[in-house]
Amino acid sequence: MPASRVSGPSVAFDRVSKRYPGAVAVDDISVEIAGGSFVALVGASGSGKSTLLKMVNRLIEPSAGGIRIGDADVAAGDAHLLRRRIGYVFQNIGLFPHMNVGENIAIGLRLTGGKDRAGRVADLLDLVDLPRDFAGRMPDALSGGQRQRVGVARALALEPGLMLMDEPFGALDPVTRDQLGIAIRALHDRLGLTTIMVTHDMAEALILADRVLVMAGGRIVADATPQALLAGEGGAEADALVAVPREQARRLREIGGGG
Amino acid sequence: MSAFLDAMGRVPPLLAQHLVLAFSALLLGIVISLPLAIVSARRPGVARFALGFASLIQTIPTLALLALFYPLLLSLSALVGGGIPALGFLPSLLALTLYGLLPILRNAVTGLTGIDPAVIEAADGVGMTAWQKLRLVEAPLVAPVVMAGIRTAAVWTIGAATLSTTVGQPSLGDMIFAGLQTQNWALVLAGCFSAAALALAVDALLGLVERGIARRRRGAVWGALVVLAIGAGVALAPMWPSGETRVVIGAKGFSEQYILARVIGHRLEAAGYRVAYREGLGSGIALGALSGGDIDVYVDYTGTIWADTMKRTDVPPRAAIYAGVRDWAASTRGVTLLGGLGFENAYAFAMRGDDAARRGVKTIADLVPIAPKLRLATDIEFLDRPEWAAVKRAYGLEFGSAHPYQPTFMYRALESGAADVIPAFSSDGRIAADKLAVLGDPKGAIPGYDAILLLSPEHAKDARFQAVLKPLIGRISVETMREANYLVDRDADKKSPEEAARWLEKKVGL
Repeated sequence: MPASRVSGPSVAFDRVSKRYPGAVAVDDISVEIAGGSFVALVGASGSGKSTLLKMVNRLIEPSAGGIRIGDADVAAGDAHLLRRRIGYVFQNIGLFPHMNVGENIAIGLRLTGGKDRAGRVADLLDLVDLPRDFAGRMPDALSGGQRQRVGVARALALEPGLMLMDEPFGALDPVTRDQLGIAIRALHDRLGLTTIMVTHDMAEALILADRVLVMAGGRIVADATPQALLAGEGGAEADALVAVPREQARRLREIGGGG
Repeated sequence: MSAFLDAMGRVPPLLAQHLVLAFSALLLGIVISLPLAIVSARRPGVARFALGFASLIQTIPTLALLALFYPLLLSLSALVGGGIPALGFLPSLLALTLYGLLPILRNAVTGLTGIDPAVIEAADGVGMTAWQKLRLVEAPLVAPVVMAGIRTAAVWTIGAATLSTTVGQPSLGDMIFAGLQTQNWALVLAGCFSAAALALAVDALLGLVERGIARRRRGAVWGALVVLAIGAGVALAPMWPSGETRVVIGAKGFSEQYILARVIGHRLEAAGYRVAYREGLGSGIALGALSGGDIDVYVDYTGTIWADTMKRTDVPPRAAIYAGVRDWAASTRGVTLLGGLGFENAYAFAMRGDDAARRGVKTIADLVPIAPKLRLATDIEFLDRPEWAAVKRAYGLEFGSAHPYQPTFMYRALESGAADVIPAFSSDGRIAADKLAVLGDPKGAIPGYDAILLLSPEHAKDARFQAVLKPLIGRISVETMREANYLVDRDADKKSPEEAARWLEKKVGL
């Protein structure tokens, strides 16, 4: 595994919409994400954030508009070849239950005919802080956090420049969640990835991301750095979401100060 | 016990036929249902249709499903100008294949639609093509469930294959049907035992495959499959090609037919032919099997063809029916009527001898005034047959009650006093044995049922073949036939049709 790369690719959304019969999930969004940045997509359920993310690797096809990764239109070429260049991690992980950890991690190498799978699996286990002997275990013998680390290792196996994460910590306990968040951010920096992470947890977004996009009703209603959002520069909807962790932090301080 | 062991001697060739049929049907069922299941799992509309169709097939009794393919294939064959066999292997294969679809299809669809959506999302996410997703993820995950379905289908198919006997495909059912007709329980038992043993053995081996797949033990899977293949190879040994052509003798499913088939067979064997028997043919199917060349020779009855196949409702004298059937068979089916065997197996009204004497009944006409006080017991089909309609028309006969029975139980009903009159079969041995009085038919309402020897079109000009069988013509009296039938039908000291045939040959000096 190379210690770093120049930078992950940029991602540009150009007037992207996704309409379902009787509903608009994503409404005419145009936004550019710089190569190497860590962007969080935050919003309530049904705000369109997951739909926007999945259009990048074509798990969902847009109704209108186009998406470019670097200079390449994602709609050009086969979807499965596009997906092999993009890491994808999601809440339900989806480890293949009939394959052991090593086979799960190496699946991308198997698809592309990659060599030295055992060596790569060991490297990837190191990268996500799992013991190398986990390669022989079956997924159902792992804890939730360990499984998601395997999910991340699987996503990184083909050395993608772009990582898409859909609520990656959603099913984990708070301690595991925090540890894995820190690990992901460290990997992002170390590998020079471009990362787009969907989350409904504003605190997580503020702590991990360089830039936060707040979505509501299929549109981006705020686009700012964590610092700017905390300073109240994100507008009304963003302020409402930021108010929750801010209020929690204030109360925690009060309890700590009073005791 | 020795009767059972004797009966087991008939198993090997039938087991081989049974296995080929069941295995072919299972294989075809798998080939059809797996792709159908994959499409069904992706399209709920197709799934509803496919599963609905497969379930519908299950509601049709297997026997009816087999019988339905006969007219279906016949008309299909006529449509493409002939060449499609309507009897034997093909209809059996198709019916059993359809029958085995449901468990495989249902398990495969249930398995595929039940896969965790997250696993499918991950498979797409890592960049699998549709084929890779099927091969690497979906197939391994549903394999144990599909295997369980295949197991169920295998057991069903092996069981249902016994019924293919009725459409002229040899199977272990030959023994069961023949045994039921001749009340040879050792034969029935041997047939059932063999079919059950085959089903259990296949089920156990496929069970090992299923568990091997579920626990990801390739060794166990291959081991079980190899044992299965070796077992099938050994069972098929009797079918390994011998290179000789054989004469196939047909027989419908009752004692007289079994006996006469053996008599014909013995003559042909003595003349150097290699002989095989196709027994237990449905009454309506035998003539079709003959004209289609599936069988070479069999015995039928003029009245049966006259009324059932030619759909004639008039009742001319015996000789006219004989001539009518001969000309019709030759012109429409290319079938040669070689001649009559010398006896009739007609419906003949019969009463207990003492009862008939007490009531002073000698003919059907004598029955008319007292019939409303009498009970009629018949075989399964008589009340729907044209002969009964003709008798009612001619005499105005009305019984107090009329109930259909299995032929054996029809005689029991008369014997026990549960019935007073039965339409017996005139060549039946039980007429003499039970001291029954056969009533005359002064108005000639019941058509003649001369036993006739019919040859397939292939032997129409086969002088050698005909010369071998000619000595049978006019040779067998109704008394001799009755006695031979009784050897097989009686309850104590039963003989096999083979033994009865030898007895008959000696009696008439063949």
